[in-house]
Formats: sequence, structure tokens, C-alpha cells
Amino acid sequence: MLIKKPEDIRPSEITPRQVYQDRRRFLREMGVATIAGAGLLPVVADAGQKLPGARKSAYRVDDKLTDYKYVTTYNNFYEFGTDKSDPAKHSQNFRSVPWTVAVDGEVKRPARYQIEDLLQKHPIEERVYRLRCVEAWSMVIPWVGFPLADLIKRVEPTSRAKYVEFTTLHDPAQMPGQRPGLLGAGLDWPYIEGLRLDEAMHPLTLLAVGLYGEVLPNQNGAPIRLVVPWKYGFKSIKSIVRIRLVEKQPVSTWMKSSPREYGFYSNVNPAVDHPRWSQAAERRIGEDSLFSPKRKTLPFNGYADQVASLYAGMDLKKFF
Amino acid sequence: MQPQHWIRFVAKPLLFVAALIPLALLAERVLHDNLGANPIETINRYTGDWTLRFLLLTLAITPLRKLTGWHVVIRLRRMLGLFAFFYASLHFLSWIWLDQYFDLNAILQDVAKRPFITLGFTCFVLLVPLAVTSTNAMVRRLGGRRWQLLHRLVYFIATGGVIHFLWLVKSDITQPLIYGLLLAALLGFRLWDSRRQQIPALPQTH
Repeated sequence: MLIKKPEDIRPSEITPRQVYQDRRRFLREMGVATIAGAGLLPVVADAGQKLPGARKSAYRVDDKLTDYKYVTTYNNFYEFGTDKSDPAKHSQNFRSVPWTVAVDGEVKRPARYQIEDLLQKHPIEERVYRLRCVEAWSMVIPWVGFPLADLIKRVEPTSRAKYVEFTTLHDPAQMPGQRPGLLGAGLDWPYIEGLRLDEAMHPLTLLAVGLYGEVLPNQNGAPIRLVVPWKYGFKSIKSIVRIRLVEKQPVSTWMKSSPREYGFYSNVNPAVDHPRWSQAAERRIGEDSLFSPKRKTLPFNGYADQVASLYAGMDLKKFF
Repeated sequence: MQPQHWIRFVAKPLLFVAALIPLALLAERVLHDNLGANPIETINRYTGDWTLRFLLLTLAITPLRKLTGWHVVIRLRRMLGLFAFFYASLHFLSWIWLDQYFDLNAILQDVAKRPFITLGFTCFVLLVPLAVTSTNAMVRRLGGRRWQLLHRLVYFIATGGVIHFLWLVKSDITQPLIYGLLLAALLGFRLWDSRRQQIPALPQTH
């Protein structure tokens, strides 16, 4: 005979109060997105949603943080338009949930991960990095994410893996900048970026899922993007759907578009100018007044101590 | 009112005020700290845009006059041209002051090394003699033919201005292309018009 025992522990005693009181939000944050993926729940990850559990990392620069408003309204994300204000305007209905990232190529254990899987497997941390755009402006951003190296180790690269190639989502229905037309960004889609394996494995190289303690806004590359703080911003590819370990050096979108102007490495380097403008100095967004001179750009964006050794013996004018 | 009076007492003052509206809007944004994330870039682009717009407006006068037969509009051309020079000066000033902070070394290097700056700088320098010789006294001193020859430089300056913009953009050429097409239409009209005038009337052969 089946006798139903009274429950001796009430759910409220297991679940922290704060969480059960905020159940709906908790569900969204902790991975109900998988269910949404099956079409059961119309869940959208809202920018502005808190990302719980990020520990403060020691990777932080002392510079004043760039205002959230500028970080989220002054963006280069040509998939949503080429004006700096376009991404914030045209990405509002972008669906970043559900989302899978394929990690494959020269690896022993290729896999497809839901963002939620990644967040479960990798503890997230907050890091304050400088971001230097190739257009000679810069920001200071508190990212939330985990080291790319952790993910790459998980899939066990083979001995043939020498480079990592990243791909952004290609979805012209959602990304107006990718629609064919006479004019527009003039780039080949999908957006491709690449790193040498040792650059990808460097502890500074981050996969970001948030900023300012919140879920990554769409215009900043939701739901997952790369952050390589010692390289020009365009290397930090957004809305990644594929990470492929490869033998040969990938050809990035900007290299393809203008090989004379954009090299594979694209390390921040005040001594190597963009053919059309100087890289010696930069404008810090939201900081400098109208009448203050630009600030000097630092080699490797100030991260030379950590990364210069990766390029020992290389002619950085040739490998720009 | 006579057309001359209408131009002098109504059209010109109105145009003068209207041409200052872009500057007033910019000043308003400066005062309210509403120039966006990159204020210097905003000012620089804004003044550059208005330079090109006034150059195109100046170049639109002759086609307008010939197509409509409304000859008095020619009397607005000088003011439009001077406003093109005015916004070009602000554009130049925003570059040497706000952008370069009077770093003469950096300025000279940029002029020498960066084709889009070399071209923009050249066009600005070439605008100076046109502005200086815009007075009635200077037209008389130079003589109409020589004056006109000199002022044809504006065709080169406007073309250079559009190319200056084209060379600056990273990959999206939409905007410079729009300016380019408008300019092509305005210059194309002149070409078509001069051809049309050169064709001699067929001799009557009977």
C-alpha cells in the first residue's frame, strides 16, 4: 500500500528566500532557456538582468569606468548598421535565447554548448579591461565572463590545432546589416575573427556573457562574445556561434575587406599607424573634455607585461 | 516689391539666418552636453557635413537659374559660398584645435602622410582665395573672366571634399556616395549645358 508521507522539508526551507520570492527571474536566469529552446516558453534574456555569482577578479585596471550609457550606445557592430547608434536601435528584438555555440575542428571532443551549459561549467568573474578601438577611441568596461582557455581545454585540441577561428551568427532576418544591398557595411558575412592558439589560451582572453554585472546587451554582442584587451576592438568578435580550432591562420573579415589596413594580429600598437590615421593617441569616451588633448596609446593597450612575450622576436610592423 | 529689393531685404537676411541654424543647433548641443559619446568626432563630422552641403547648395544655383529662368537667385550664391567657407573653417578649426590640440608636429605629419587629410587640407587652402575675392571690388579688380576662371576652382574643391569624406570612412560608403551623386548631377548639368550652347544652329541649306 502506498502511503503518502508528509513532506518533512518544505521547499521554502531549501530554496533561499530571495530566490523563491523572485522565482520568475530565477528561472530565466538559471537556464529555463533550454526549455525555451524546445519552444515551450517564450523566454528572452533581457539586458539589464543581473548575472548572479560573478566573483571580482584581480584582472582590473584602475582607470575610471566608462559610463554604462556610452558602453551600450556607442558601438561598432556592423551586423546592426554602421552608425555607432545603430546597434542599440536595431538589436532590441534580437533573440539571443536559445543559443548554441559549436566548438569543433581540430579537437578530440567537439561539442555544441547551450549558453546555460557553459555558465554551469565555468565560474564567471568580473574583469575591468581597457578597450581600444582601431578608430582611436577607448573605453574601460567591467566585463563578466570566463577565460576562453577553460572552454578550449574542455574540448581537448589535437596537436594540429594552431589557431582558433570564431564566427558570428549569420541571420539577415535579425541582423539588418547583413542583408544584401548595394550599400551598407561592405563586408563579407558572417563575421570571422581569429587568434593564434597561444593568444586564445592566454589568461587575459575572456569569453564575456555580461557587463556591469548584467546580461550582455544585444548591441554589445549577446549572448557571448570574445574580449581580447590587448588587441583592437574588432578582434573581440560578438554573438559567437562557432569556435573552431584550425591548423592554418584564419582570414578575418577585416583582413579580407582591406588587407593593407587590417592585419591578423591587430595588437594595439602606438608605433604602427593605421594607413589612414595615427594610432599614437586615443580619446577616452565620456572622460576627456572637449578641450583636453588625447591620451597616449600604450603598447598592447597597457597589457605589455602580460602579453609582449607572446610576440618575442616578431617584427610587429610586419605582423600588424 | 521689385525682385532686387525682395532679394536684398527678404531673401538674403532669411538665408543668412537659416545658414546659421546648423551652428545654433550645434552650440545648443555643446551647451547641453549633448554631443554623444565622442563629442569631438561629432563636432568634426557635423561641421564637415555642413561644409559639403553648402558647397553643393552653392553649386546648385547656376542649374537652378538656368532651369527656372529665375535669374535673381544668382545673388544668393556668394552668401552660400561664404557659408561653405565658414563651415569649412569651423571644420578645420575643430581638427587643429579639438582633435590635434595644436600639436603642430602631429598636424604636419598628418597632412603629409594621410591622403584624406592632405586632400581636405588642400581643399580648405584653395577655398581661401575664393573667399577673399568674393567682394564686388575684387571681381572688378580681377575682371569678370579671370574671376570666373579662378572661381571654377570650386569644382575641384567640391570634388576633393567628397573624396576626402570617401577616403575617411571605414567601409560603409553610403553617405559619401550620396554627396558624390548630387555633385555629379550638378557638375554634369554644366557639362550638358555648355555642350548644348556650343552646338551651332544648322545652316539653312536651300
